[in-house]
Amino acid sequence: MAEEEKKENASEVPKEQEEKQNATQIFFEELMSGPVMIPILAIITGLLLGGLIVALTTEEVYTTFAQSPVQAILTGLNAAWKSYVALFTGAIGDPARMIAAIQAGEGEEIRRAFNPFFESLVQSTPYIFAGLAVALGFRAGLFNIGAEGQLFVGAMTGVWVGFAIKGLPPVIHIPLALLAGAAGGALWGFIPGFLKARTGGHEVINTIMMNYIAFRLSEFMLRGPLKRPESANPVSPLIEESAKLPRLFEDPIRFHIGFFIALGFAWLVWWFLFRTRWGFDLRTVGANPNAARYAGMNITLVTIVAMSLSGGLAGLAGINEVLGVNHNLALAFSSGYGFDAIALALLGKSHPAGVVLGALLFGFLRNGAVQMQLTAGIPIDIIQVMQAMILAFAAAPAIIRTIYRLRPPKEAEEGLLVRGWGG
Amino acid sequence: MAPVLELRGITKRFPGVLANDQIDLTLEKGEIHALLGENGAGKTTLMNILYGLYQPDEGEIFINGERKEIFSPNDAIEAGVGMVHQHFMLIPVFTVTENVFLGDEATRMAGLLDRNQAAERIRDLSEQYKLEVIPEALVENLPVGVQQRVEIIKLLYRSADILILDEPTAVLTPQEADELFKIMRSLTEQGKSIIFITHKLREVLDVADQISVIRRGKMIGSTTPKEANQQKLASMMVGRDVDLTVDKTVAQPGDAVLEVKDLVVANDENQVTVDGISFDVCAGEILGVAGVQGNGQTELVRAVTGLKSAISGSIELLGTDITHSSPRRITELGAAHIPEDRQEDGLVLSYPLTDNLVLNTYYQAPFAKGVVLQDEAIRETAEERIKEYDVRTPSAMTTAGSLSGGNQQKVIVARELSRPIKFLVAAQPTRGLDVGSIEYIHGQLIDRRDKGVAVMLVSTELDEIMQLSDRIAVMYRGEIIDVVSAQDTSKEEVGLLMAGVKSETKAKTKKQSSGSNKKVSSSRKSSPKAKKNGSSRKKKS
Repeated sequence: MAEEEKKENASEVPKEQEEKQNATQIFFEELMSGPVMIPILAIITGLLLGGLIVALTTEEVYTTFAQSPVQAILTGLNAAWKSYVALFTGAIGDPARMIAAIQAGEGEEIRRAFNPFFESLVQSTPYIFAGLAVALGFRAGLFNIGAEGQLFVGAMTGVWVGFAIKGLPPVIHIPLALLAGAAGGALWGFIPGFLKARTGGHEVINTIMMNYIAFRLSEFMLRGPLKRPESANPVSPLIEESAKLPRLFEDPIRFHIGFFIALGFAWLVWWFLFRTRWGFDLRTVGANPNAARYAGMNITLVTIVAMSLSGGLAGLAGINEVLGVNHNLALAFSSGYGFDAIALALLGKSHPAGVVLGALLFGFLRNGAVQMQLTAGIPIDIIQVMQAMILAFAAAPAIIRTIYRLRPPKEAEEGLLVRGWGG
Repeated sequence: MAPVLELRGITKRFPGVLANDQIDLTLEKGEIHALLGENGAGKTTLMNILYGLYQPDEGEIFINGERKEIFSPNDAIEAGVGMVHQHFMLIPVFTVTENVFLGDEATRMAGLLDRNQAAERIRDLSEQYKLEVIPEALVENLPVGVQQRVEIIKLLYRSADILILDEPTAVLTPQEADELFKIMRSLTEQGKSIIFITHKLREVLDVADQISVIRRGKMIGSTTPKEANQQKLASMMVGRDVDLTVDKTVAQPGDAVLEVKDLVVANDENQVTVDGISFDVCAGEILGVAGVQGNGQTELVRAVTGLKSAISGSIELLGTDITHSSPRRITELGAAHIPEDRQEDGLVLSYPLTDNLVLNTYYQAPFAKGVVLQDEAIRETAEERIKEYDVRTPSAMTTAGSLSGGNQQKVIVARELSRPIKFLVAAQPTRGLDVGSIEYIHGQLIDRRDKGVAVMLVSTELDEIMQLSDRIAVMYRGEIIDVVSAQDTSKEEVGLLMAGVKSETKAKTKKQSSGSNKKVSSSRKSSPKAKKNGSSRKKKS
């Protein structure tokens, strides 16, 4: 169906020549014309299989199985249902509680009822930045495994600007700290980009190594130059009030404007990639480096710039967490956003809109998992298993195509990615 | 007696395409049966069905009158059907024997390989069919023509009676092709039967006993070389009358546009493949660069277009030194390039035609204002080009990868020729294209020549070179062995030059000189002279 729609749209284009298409319209069209079905089916399949695993790991299912297999199946279904209800309330909230709170009209209770939803958005924000970072790399044919390290470096440079510079108004301090974070990440991306472009050193290996350097560097900095003097732990000082990203609600909601900044960057990355000639360079180098060279593009420069921009976006993921949530930098403050970002860039087909959707999914799953563990007694590991399955399905579309008997793609559409392996 | 092979009502559908539609084909014992058709007509699909790579949706296969189900190449080989693919399936570092018995190893006790027994059989086969293959030779040291014979021996070794040869002459010099035809004759004389897939009309008329023409998945008809001629076969293939001869007037060459002096270029493995060549291309003429694939033409083109930096020597375009210039600089000077590998270099297959049509001009007005791409201007231009160059596509937003080869090539031609250009490099501009597209692209090249563009045509197709060129430079092992005027030469002479044979006397000096550098450089000097003679003769006539 999507195919037909696409063709229709395409053939209408000449007729509508006069009518100027605005940017958002094209944005939406590109989103719909891309292979959207596979990720959606991957998510559904992952959730279904996740439910099966929940059922299979519920002890009651086995104890009742001896008496009545039917009963056992019902028990299993029940367990799966309960865990998904918990996931939902954990990620979005309990509808009954929301309604009750609104009727009662009590501010704090309303905020508590709606907190899960906003908390999920808070969790999604670093995913958006980091996912954009990896997606931008993919578009240039580069496999940036180093988002996690770039994120740490960005957090370090940004947190320093956050606590060391005093007396600035927020309108200046916040952008400055964000810029510092982006610059730190960009530096960490520039190095492997430069090595790749100039020496052919593979970016996969180099970014992994840069990750280790970044982790140990952050440890050194937090025990040394960035250490909070009055604390025994390796923690940085708290950032200035003027550097904190404003929160939009009172406690306990931690939702801050970082989410909107992230959306802004998603738009910016889309605009850069698809509407500017620099983006054209970058995408062409990624899609077919030979054709890019033939067309007179400077592959060396594009590679270096793309890795730096990718690193910069990852750096923003780090500084966003510092300025918006933690307000300081601690050891291991990121729980693998940079690595999950690789997966969600894949899931989002390296399209900024897809990345945003993927990031939301990850944020909601991650936040909901806590509730699932608390109320349904499902180990958090199950969520990770589910995430892993969704990704496996999304990354290997052939599986989904086989299961749902979808038509194979035209040759050109696949294989956007991972030219990097061959070197 | 029943025919060796009979295909009845073979039908194969792919999503959205009827690749084979009720095809009947009869192959008699001892016959060379040419299967002729444009690219994408369904020849290869039909043969892949016979070879067990595809299953037909309808239809039956009879071998020696017996109905056979062929589910895999193993079944095909068992039924006596063997195929030589266009790209050889040989392991270069193995000997002929090892390559031949690979997968069907002769063994002694305890599973040890019995090379001698296999080698003996290969020697016998080689003698029987006059293949002249030495079992102990390493495949990587053999010329392409001999490698092809190794492929044939592989089939004979497995007792194949029906041989399918898929475009076997594509990789051969004209002389090697003649050798192959002799071998094909000797095979059929001894009872083998051959299906010969090709789109070259001349070869079909030379060698085939029966000719079957396929068009758009349908069997159009059968004929014999006696009844047919090139014109008739071409119109059967295409479905309309085709102009096979290229109409062109005598060239009016102007000043030299491209001047190459003592150019040395290495390939990606750092082997010198262009070894000190000098030539020039003048405005308003087509210089054909002939040669068997792999004699340095690829690197020459890459150097001239800025994709590869020369080791030494110089290249001047319109008086500007471009020896180490970037492709963009060269493009901006007025050069256009139809690359050898259209999918690898010329197009981004995942991009829509709009983007592909501005692939090297996207950064200029009106396609970009500042850094922002002007989608509307790009799309309007694309639509004009598509109309003007007759690209068959559902829309300008269709991805290049979903077009046929001929239409992909037209996209490149449209992009390169629609700019104001002074110099055009066309490398293998019609490779793999159907007769209709070839006709069109040849017309465009002549048209540009007449408008004063200097055209450098690199092609391994001798016919193409002969038809289009005003002068012909023949490359052999990285050198230009000679430059001849197209009017004063013959196919045979150019064919011999392509094989490295200059003429009786010259060949000797060539052989002597190959040892010492000094003499090589002297023979280099001789080529521009020959070229000048050629052009002056042309002017008189």
